[in-house]
Amino acid sequence: MLDIQNLHVEVDGKPILKGLDLKVNEGETHALFGQNGSGKTTLVLTIMGFPRYHVSEGRILFKGEDITHLPVNERARLGIGISFQHPPAIHGVKLKDLVDIAAKHGAQPFNTEEVAKTINISPDFLTRDVNFGFSGGEVKRTELLQLLAQNPDLVLLDEPDSGVDLENIELVGETINKLLDRDKRLRKRRKSGLIITHAGGILKIVKTDRAHVLVDGKIACSGNPGELLNDICELGYEECVKCQI
Amino acid sequence: MSNIDELTERAEKARGKKAAFGPDIPLESYTSNAPAHKKILTLKTLPSNYQSQSLGVGIDAKEDERSGSYFQLDTSVVYSKTSAQDVEVLSVTEAFEKYDWLKDYWWKTVAVDADKYTAQAALNFSNGYFIRAKAGTKTILPIQACMFLAQESLSQNVHNIIIAEEGSEMHIISGCRTADELSHGIHVGVSEFFIKEGAKCSFSMIHNWGPEVAVRPRSGIIVEKDATFINNYVCLKPVQSLQMYPTIRCVGENATALSYSLLYATEGSHMDVGARVILEAEQCKADVIARTITNGGEIISRGNLTALHGDVKGHLECRGLMLGDHGRIFAVPELDGAVPDVDMSHEAAVGKIAEEEITYLMTRGLSEDEATSAIVRGFLDIEIKGVPPALQEEMRRAVHTTEGMGL
Repeated sequence: MLDIQNLHVEVDGKPILKGLDLKVNEGETHALFGQNGSGKTTLVLTIMGFPRYHVSEGRILFKGEDITHLPVNERARLGIGISFQHPPAIHGVKLKDLVDIAAKHGAQPFNTEEVAKTINISPDFLTRDVNFGFSGGEVKRTELLQLLAQNPDLVLLDEPDSGVDLENIELVGETINKLLDRDKRLRKRRKSGLIITHAGGILKIVKTDRAHVLVDGKIACSGNPGELLNDICELGYEECVKCQI
Repeated sequence: MSNIDELTERAEKARGKKAAFGPDIPLESYTSNAPAHKKILTLKTLPSNYQSQSLGVGIDAKEDERSGSYFQLDTSVVYSKTSAQDVEVLSVTEAFEKYDWLKDYWWKTVAVDADKYTAQAALNFSNGYFIRAKAGTKTILPIQACMFLAQESLSQNVHNIIIAEEGSEMHIISGCRTADELSHGIHVGVSEFFIKEGAKCSFSMIHNWGPEVAVRPRSGIIVEKDATFINNYVCLKPVQSLQMYPTIRCVGENATALSYSLLYATEGSHMDVGARVILEAEQCKADVIARTITNGGEIISRGNLTALHGDVKGHLECRGLMLGDHGRIFAVPELDGAVPDVDMSHEAAVGKIAEEEITYLMTRGLSEDEATSAIVRGFLDIEIKGVPPALQEEMRRAVHTTEGMGL
């Protein structure tokens, strides 16, 4: 599904990713750990095609096609979707309109109001300006609503549980499971995912196939998500840095 | 000397007087004479191209959901009608024949010698509308008034009087435009509003001029005790030069003035638009909100709140969006507190669309142009308090049907 080869990325002339390789197969979901500033968000925004993130070397293949230089909307149309950690608020653009736009590309029947209800978003809330005055948890749930409408094959989730209250964390987790076909049996899973998580809390609900630790713009370590998370919890990210040296 | 003679003399003296704002327009290159057009029995008998062009400025020839209509073609009032009881829609000429007291409202809020354009309206008067809601009458369906300019090189010089009597409520949609084929012309419009005690009046003006047309409205509004005046202005189409700066005087206790302007200037357009509110009694309130966009044109967005009395409140907001590499937005918010105990504020911001907003929408599948358009439409989609839903919808339609917006 996703094959990243020797990726080097600069932001405003500063190198952030320094030769990153990563492969996510169809039906797999991977977790991405790393300290603040290690390049996790840079990686997902580069996969999505944000113009600020300049690929100076390497390439990104999606479903076998080189998408390294495609614009964002074409990547979305090919089947890549993203949930942002801090999406911008846009005056006058209604949440419902944006969900409807996303649904146009989703290639599935989609009833915005009904699906919204399942993740605790009221019809009134849908008429609000996108992300304007939304709480942290509301942002995360409305991001997921847009992804459910968009129905992407590769889902990039940047800290999907940060700011979500305890009451809704299970709901958010189950929604992600649905998005990623985790509610289906192994052989029937078609969707792939990449979940950025700093603390790893969401992984109690969303089971991942593999995890990677990002250190200074490179994958420092890959392995079983549970084991890696345990190591990080016990030894801290400092140990990952040392381990790499 | 009679009052009329005195006004004429003052106008004569101001014939060459340049306006305080806006480029000077040589009025000699226009004529104030146009062939008379015949009266019509229904707006549906207007030429079909005029009907469709008027629809773009909120004038519905079918008169659905309208309580009255006025249509002026060049200098001729071809239609005026009202279906609401106790609301009058007449030409000012007819109103003068009917009401002797009308002279008490004539040139009372705008000085006849303010500049060469007010002088032009006085000396080469080409009619205008008289709209009056009698005391206590409440009409929710809007009254529509259209100033249509079709004669080449015409200076259309109108003078309108609007009176909302005590405790009345009315909503006016005023659509002004030029015929598609017209290349050169000027519209000079004096409008005087009298919003009496406890009355509420909204005035929504949608303009659609041509790239070689100059526009010089001159408006004065008096808002009495407990009365509300809502002024909405939409101009999203090319215009050579548009300059207006209406003055709203809140003269009675608890009078409210709200002003909203939506402007979009393409290359070659010059717009100098704003609103001034003078708060003259306690508990008066004012909001002056402007959303301006340049895509190559020049916009001067003015706002002035002047407090002459304590215990008043006002807010100014000028937000400007720069699209493309050319164009200029000059926001001039002014607060003038001449007494203590006033509460006035302003915020002004001019800038381009944040790239992250465009990219965010693109992640949901919109192209860059579609994303820009959605943000631009959203920027102009302000909720106007106090106008009926039909009018709000009309304003929204004007925004959504502006072709090429943001592209």
